[in-house]
Amino acid sequence: MAVRAITPEYSFPARDAQSNYGDNILIYIGWDHHTLFCSAKAFLISPEATFQQLLDQLMPAGFSQHPDFAQIDWSATNFVLNRKQIQPEAQQKLADLGFVHKSLLRFATPGLTGYNGSHV
Amino acid sequence: MNSPAQADKKTATKKMNAKDRYRILSRDLDWDFSYVDRKDAFPYEEFEGIKITDWSKWEDPFRLTMDTYWKYQAEKEKKLYAIFDAFSQNNGQLNVSNERYLNAIKLFLTAVTPLEYQAYQGYAHVGRQFSGIGARIASQMQSIDELRHVQTQIHAMSHYNKFFDGFQDWAHMHDRVWYLSVPKSFFEDARSAGPFEFLLAISFAFEYVLTNLLFVPFMSGAAHNGDMATVTFGFSAQSDEARHMTLGLEIVKFLLEQHEDNVPIVQEWIDKWFWRGTRLLSIVGMMMDYMLPNKVMSWKEAWEVYFEQAGSALFKDLGRYGIRMPKYSDVIVKEKEHVSHQAWWIFYNFGHAAGFHTWIPTDEEMDWLSEKYPDTFDQYYRPRWELARKMEAEGKRFYSDGLPQLCQICQIPMTFTEMDGDQTMFSYRDSIFNGELYHTCSDGCHDIFEREPEKYAQAWMPVNQILQGNCGGPELDDILRDYYNMNVGADNLDIEGSPDQQRWKKWKGDNS
Repeated sequence: MAVRAITPEYSFPARDAQSNYGDNILIYIGWDHHTLFCSAKAFLISPEATFQQLLDQLMPAGFSQHPDFAQIDWSATNFVLNRKQIQPEAQQKLADLGFVHKSLLRFATPGLTGYNGSHV
Repeated sequence: MNSPAQADKKTATKKMNAKDRYRILSRDLDWDFSYVDRKDAFPYEEFEGIKITDWSKWEDPFRLTMDTYWKYQAEKEKKLYAIFDAFSQNNGQLNVSNERYLNAIKLFLTAVTPLEYQAYQGYAHVGRQFSGIGARIASQMQSIDELRHVQTQIHAMSHYNKFFDGFQDWAHMHDRVWYLSVPKSFFEDARSAGPFEFLLAISFAFEYVLTNLLFVPFMSGAAHNGDMATVTFGFSAQSDEARHMTLGLEIVKFLLEQHEDNVPIVQEWIDKWFWRGTRLLSIVGMMMDYMLPNKVMSWKEAWEVYFEQAGSALFKDLGRYGIRMPKYSDVIVKEKEHVSHQAWWIFYNFGHAAGFHTWIPTDEEMDWLSEKYPDTFDQYYRPRWELARKMEAEGKRFYSDGLPQLCQICQIPMTFTEMDGDQTMFSYRDSIFNGELYHTCSDGCHDIFEREPEKYAQAWMPVNQILQGNCGGPELDDILRDYYNMNVGADNLDIEGSPDQQRWKKWKGDNS
């Protein structure tokens, strides 16, 4: 439904348009069933970066404080990008994997159930 | 003695009866327009789709004229400021329960007091926009009330600014700090809507139905924790709040009785504003359950008393107009078991970036939480605190790295979990508008986005603004110090070892 406005033309640029982020895109990454981190986190990254670069740079920056982090087997991790399962290859570019501006990447780590199995 | 002049004088000084005085000082303040079309004089009145057929059916909710209003308020002010003086002369700050308590007041000053100012601005605006004189006068009076609340709250809390950190720059912080965008954007959403939606949002949804969940917890929390300054301004605002609630009920009944076409519009606004209101109140929930050293009642209990019982009677009454309970009320009932824990966890995660102190609940507090939340605390939330405690014991007090993803509507980090099914799974919703992705924390926020995406695509999201480079930096401490005006190392971080705590111990002669 369109907004009801006092002006006939109610149209404004999106405040978070990709053009406001230079060459980067804004992406969100969340670790399923690990509530130590109160929410997914926000990162900037180039869409030309490889998936391996995402794993090497963003994952430790966002999630290494968790005691489970050191035990993650990235080859056995499930990745869901914008609600679709993906099977990324390490050298694939993010753009080719379907990453767009403000994408949400969720990852699940089978066998790692958080602090004392509590999903924390 | 019987000269005509003297007889006139006698008539002129004769007192009017109350009814005539009321008429002359309220409805008679309106006038007819001779050379301007009434629609041009009140251009905001029709665009929302609301139909008013007869403004004379408006019942004045306040039943006050300006002169009596000033008289009442002046009497209240005199008493209020006498108590503030006594409080400060007697070093009232030493009588609060402990130094943790003040953090609830810092939150109030930065999150709620500026909303009173926004309410003052909002009511001043709509007080110009209604063509019905009754609604104009009610809005103008409430506008003045709200300005008074801003002032009395600042004066009440200014005393604490002399003794505790975090009180120094609340207005600046309200406009910039990440979590304060939650209350700020809530009110800006209402103020940038049309005048009828504003009244429905603030007077009805907020003041009439939800205000008891804001004021009662803060004021009784103050009473239980020895904070006489806050209790006193609470009492002084109470008679004003009673009038504001009457306006809230009048606006909803008036709109529903004026035209049947108004019913679906009002229902949409009720759905939107109840959801937004409950999201906003999650900070009150965490205040009650985690921040008050002496607890009043749990958030869950407050919700049951003030919303489920009082609210269901109200909506039963509104049922005769075709109004049903707000959408997602069933989700809200489930969330009452979770939101306070989840909200305080956000602040514990980002305690390095908060303008007040955070902490792990004590053993006694955790037992109290287990008792109050038998179905959720031990299963979902006690383990979070146990891990936090373990990390702290290892010398790694947990401050979450990086920045959180925010909901496009409520602007709270996307922390809320699914209420149906797996309650350890964060609830993610998304939309696409003009080719761009938008994320929301719940079905409630998702629907609000979908209804007016043009509006919320403009949201000023603090995390995204930081990443765009609009808030200074690049280091977080630079942003906190230079953009938020926080005293880094004093205002933020854990209560343990904070300057607030060290001063408190010194005052109390505690050398531990």
